Amino acid sequence: MLTIEGLEVVYEDVILVLKGVSIEVPDGSIVALLGANGAGKTTVLRAITGLLDVHRGSVRKGSIKLDGTPIHHLDAPATVAAGIGQVMEGRRIFIDFTIDENLRIGAHTADRGSIDANLDRIYTLFPILAERRKQLAGYLSGGEQQMLAIGRALMAEPKLLLLDEPSLGLAPLIVQQIRDLIVEINQQGTSVLLVEQNANMALSISEHGYILETGKVVMDKPAAILREDDDVREFYLGLREEGAASFRDVKHYKRRKRWLS
Amino acid sequence: MEALIESIARGLGQGSVYAMLGLGFVIVYKGTDVVNFAQPALMILGAFFVSWFTFDAGLPFFAAVPVAMVAAALLGAAIERVALRPMVGQPVFSAAMVTVGVFFALLTIATRLIGTDIRRAGDPWGLNAFVFADSIQVFQVDVAKVVTALLAFLAVGAYFKYSRSGLAIRATASDQETALAQGVKVGRMFGLSWALAGALGALAGVFIGAGGVGFEPISALIALKALPAIILGGLDSIKGALIGGLIIGVIESLSRTYQPGLAPWLGANFDQVVPYLVMLIVLMIRPYGLFGTPEIERV
Ligand SMILES: Nc1ncnc2c1ncn2[C@@H]1O[C@H](COP(=O)(O)OP(=O)(O)OP(=O)(O)O)[C@@H](O)[C@H]1O
Ligand SMILES: [Mg+2]
Repeated sequence: MLTIEGLEVVYEDVILVLKGVSIEVPDGSIVALLGANGAGKTTVLRAITGLLDVHRGSVRKGSIKLDGTPIHHLDAPATVAAGIGQVMEGRRIFIDFTIDENLRIGAHTADRGSIDANLDRIYTLFPILAERRKQLAGYLSGGEQQMLAIGRALMAEPKLLLLDEPSLGLAPLIVQQIRDLIVEINQQGTSVLLVEQNANMALSISEHGYILETGKVVMDKPAAILREDDDVREFYLGLREEGAASFRDVKHYKRRKRWLS
Repeated sequence: MEALIESIARGLGQGSVYAMLGLGFVIVYKGTDVVNFAQPALMILGAFFVSWFTFDAGLPFFAAVPVAMVAAALLGAAIERVALRPMVGQPVFSAAMVTVGVFFALLTIATRLIGTDIRRAGDPWGLNAFVFADSIQVFQVDVAKVVTALLAFLAVGAYFKYSRSGLAIRATASDQETALAQGVKVGRMFGLSWALAGALGALAGVFIGAGGVGFEPISALIALKALPAIILGGLDSIKGALIGGLIIGVIESLSRTYQPGLAPWLGANFDQVVPYLVMLIVLMIRPYGLFGTPEIERV
């Protein structure tokens, strides 16, 4: 179980971005972390995975514990070794690597003996990747790259998988595919913390949801309740029609802001 | 005709040495974003190690070479840890200046160690030559240079393609944050890159004094010709280091053979300048080299 308590994060020693965030991800569950641009979702993930210092950020207060052990002072490789896998925002696959190599680098900390079995498992989960394992990853489509990024994270057999906006920029049909895959991965025993702006997708598969606004958790409820909540329905209505007329976007954005502040 | 073939063979041999040195430069450049001006000093120390393990420690030459490579690799890793690691995140130019400092420090040490006499490499090839078609002479040492370079490039290529740490070095080169997120200890990969550069420096160093010529501290400057080689091939291209090295070696050798007769007005020792002329021309018309990535020029 992942437990975040009263987390405060600053960038450049002065920019306070998380202002006392508390989140729990129980074993075996899918938890959604929602919020608009700049709310601090990615920062939460960086804090969990020891990547803050790359961005000149640091944890100022609070704690992050994995099964009771504090992990917020670990560096990134140590968090991977502790059983946390992540798919970073924007996929970040190695475009100059083959698909096979991308997956094998995901197993960097894993037992060498486990690699072949895990490659098989990932290629079964994503047959599209299996067909193209010798090709350069840069030639994959956006959805395929997302699958590769997820597969790469799974190569280390994480207990907890962190996903940062896996639906970003993907067509609705592909989003649905990714969604089903997340459920399948979860059923195979991996807990998931799912960061999304697509609240509709995230709440449809998670048990619990948190809504983050300017560094604070403003809602923390079971997903079933969030799905019925009028404000939240509005919140994701705006996102569901992403790409619609720009005038509408502006309007929804304003309404969202009013509700969130 | 004989002169041409012999000249090309010598050029390919010398070019192979530039290629091995260039490979060390390229690995450090790709892996850590540092232009490593200390490489010539690693080479001359490597040459000393081989000579020392052969003549002073009494190892057979072919055992002294790998031992010297390991010693130079450790030296490379130590330099990275002590001098370059604190420069992570600093401007590329500052890190390059640090390597210039390291170059002079190591050269001073090499001068102490080697002394004033010319040291022998201890190689078995000497001035022996193969003779083809009755009169064409190809020195054994040139064949050894080419074969060694090809083996070194194959080994390094396989290492980057198939080994766990080789893959991790490439991942680090491509995107450090994402490499970290895969559990790669990025600092250790920097050290490994330098270790490889050290080992390749020593391997090239074997040939600096081989073929009956011997070496002295100032022989380190030969390694500077690896710079035109990798600029021609592309600073970030392994294939470029090999091809660039061979081309520079051959051009240099041909101009040594033919320029005094064909264009004496260019002056004596023109062949010493030719590699740098090629470099300038490449920088003017194709700054990222034959196989390099175009973005490189913006660094
Ligand atoms: N390296 C940094 N230095 C300074 N401020 C930063 C840095 N990284 C992020 N921030 C700021 O922290 C805030 C939270 O950023 P974060 O990336 O965590 O948001 P997010 O919720 O993931 O947004 P998005 O949905 O756009 O990805 C933003 O205001 C951002 O400008
Ligand atoms: Mg984000």
